[in-house]
Amino acid sequence: MTPILDVRGLVKHFVRRRGLFQPPSVVKAVDDVSFAIHEGEMFGLVGESGSGKSTTGRCILRLIEPTAGEVLFRGENVLAFSRERMRLARRDMQIVFQDPYSSLNPRMRAGDIVEEPLIIHSLGARPERRQRVAELFEMVGLEPDHLQRYPHEFSGGQRQRIGIARALALSPALIIADEAVSALDVSIQAQVVRLMLELRERLKLTYLFIAHDLRLVEHICSRVAVMYLGRIVEMGETGALFTAPAHPYTRALLSAVPALDPDAPRDRIVLDPSSFNPDAPLRPVGASHFAAV
Amino acid sequence: MTAPLLDVRNLTVTFAGARSTVTAVNDVSFHIAPGETLGLVGESGSGKSVTAFAILRLLQAPGRVSAGQIFFEGRDLLTLPEREMRQVRGARISLIFQEPMTALNPVMRVGDQIGEALTVHGMASRAEAQRRAVELLEAVHIPNAGERVRDYPHQLSGGMRQRVMIAIALACRPALIIADEPTTALDVTIQAQVLDLLRELRTAFNLALLLITHDFGVIAEMADRVAVMYKGSLVEQGAVRQILRAPAHEYTRSLLAAVPGTTQDRGGQAPSPR
Repeated sequence: MTPILDVRGLVKHFVRRRGLFQPPSVVKAVDDVSFAIHEGEMFGLVGESGSGKSTTGRCILRLIEPTAGEVLFRGENVLAFSRERMRLARRDMQIVFQDPYSSLNPRMRAGDIVEEPLIIHSLGARPERRQRVAELFEMVGLEPDHLQRYPHEFSGGQRQRIGIARALALSPALIIADEAVSALDVSIQAQVVRLMLELRERLKLTYLFIAHDLRLVEHICSRVAVMYLGRIVEMGETGALFTAPAHPYTRALLSAVPALDPDAPRDRIVLDPSSFNPDAPLRPVGASHFAAV
Repeated sequence: MTAPLLDVRNLTVTFAGARSTVTAVNDVSFHIAPGETLGLVGESGSGKSVTAFAILRLLQAPGRVSAGQIFFEGRDLLTLPEREMRQVRGARISLIFQEPMTALNPVMRVGDQIGEALTVHGMASRAEAQRRAVELLEAVHIPNAGERVRDYPHQLSGGMRQRVMIAIALACRPALIIADEPTTALDVTIQAQVLDLLRELRTAFNLALLLITHDFGVIAEMADRVAVMYKGSLVEQGAVRQILRAPAHEYTRSLLAAVPGTTQDRGGQAPSPR
């Protein structure tokens, strides 16, 4: 079966000029990243700040233009698409951002925020659009009287529901959730995650779930890729990767997560960068489990 | 049992608005023994940080303590003259914030910021303060401390900045540190290092810690006892094992159940938002 999303050799270099007589510095934010996601999957992309996970998500949607590589969506390379073709492709691929405070226009009413993608893509006349917005509000658990309110009148969790409703407006197949629940309190986070899982069943959605919270990813994702300094250092079934991490970075990362048991042994593994070759390619270390060792 | 270092009794904090008054902290009582770590947990708006600010008498109007007593080393902080309170604040009780970038002065060298904590409290001359700053940076394991004292905050990574914050907090040898979400803004590997450091310093200096966090993992690693806040009230407090393994209050149970990986139900059981 063809994967719904197939990222091959994705590269994003940021070039910074440093002055007249100095060579520009190149930051390899994403450095030869490849992974594939199957229809209906919840695929986790984890890493710490600066690992390149968000840049990867944005390159897939071409919100940032990648330097090189291919992004195949249902077999077609979206990086080769014209502007117009890309605009159409974005109907199928939507993103939900981390910060529900800065990602919603504060001067627009919630109903208009959710309707806007339908207007941009000229879908339906006004009554049909309003009908669709009402459906979306119901779907994400918002009340009809929320339609007329402004973003500041909502709590963080409700705002993230508005962001999800907006992302769902065009009936996408793939949602890129970029730290979509990281800013929320744990109880609200649980509610929004549950909503995302319900919507996956109901709308046959596929998720690229970008997060730094390893416990959450372990809990909800079927497969996971670990990024470190712009590269995927390990990828595999969540269970296998969390129980038997093969890459030194993954081991250090997992050992740093505080255990919920006060009596759990604290066997912190400190990463020794000299213990692995940063250029090693991914190779199989188990069934559907790869590591750059 | 030793006399408590900090003994908060029936603390109530209100914020008077134009039309109504909000009770942010409602009749809260807890105590911390010397060298003990109390974890104060709760979600946004539960009143954890307001409690910390009330202890240090740093509440901004219209917030005010409308009832209660805060005994620290035997004296009620709420009745101390401001001049005496200044000798407690930053010297006997110090504070570590979540965001080291906003809590540090961006145009002041880190060594001077550490030294300032000492000179303000008259505990060292300027020259002496510089020497102590290097020692303190060494105590929080900043490599090349002798050179790093001359750095500005922007030259340091997030984890290093938090170490500088801890060095400032330690400068006057306080008996109690209030740490308000000290590792929330940090990556998990850096968080682990900062928690290890706090644990080490706690033993070395016999520090008591009021650790404010929403992360039960941090609580499990650090706290001796836990107090759970919900909408301004303490709903439960007890030994860390008791709270984590056999929580008595419905809210604590639902909060723990919402932590990923603690329940079979995918996504967790969320407490009602109301």
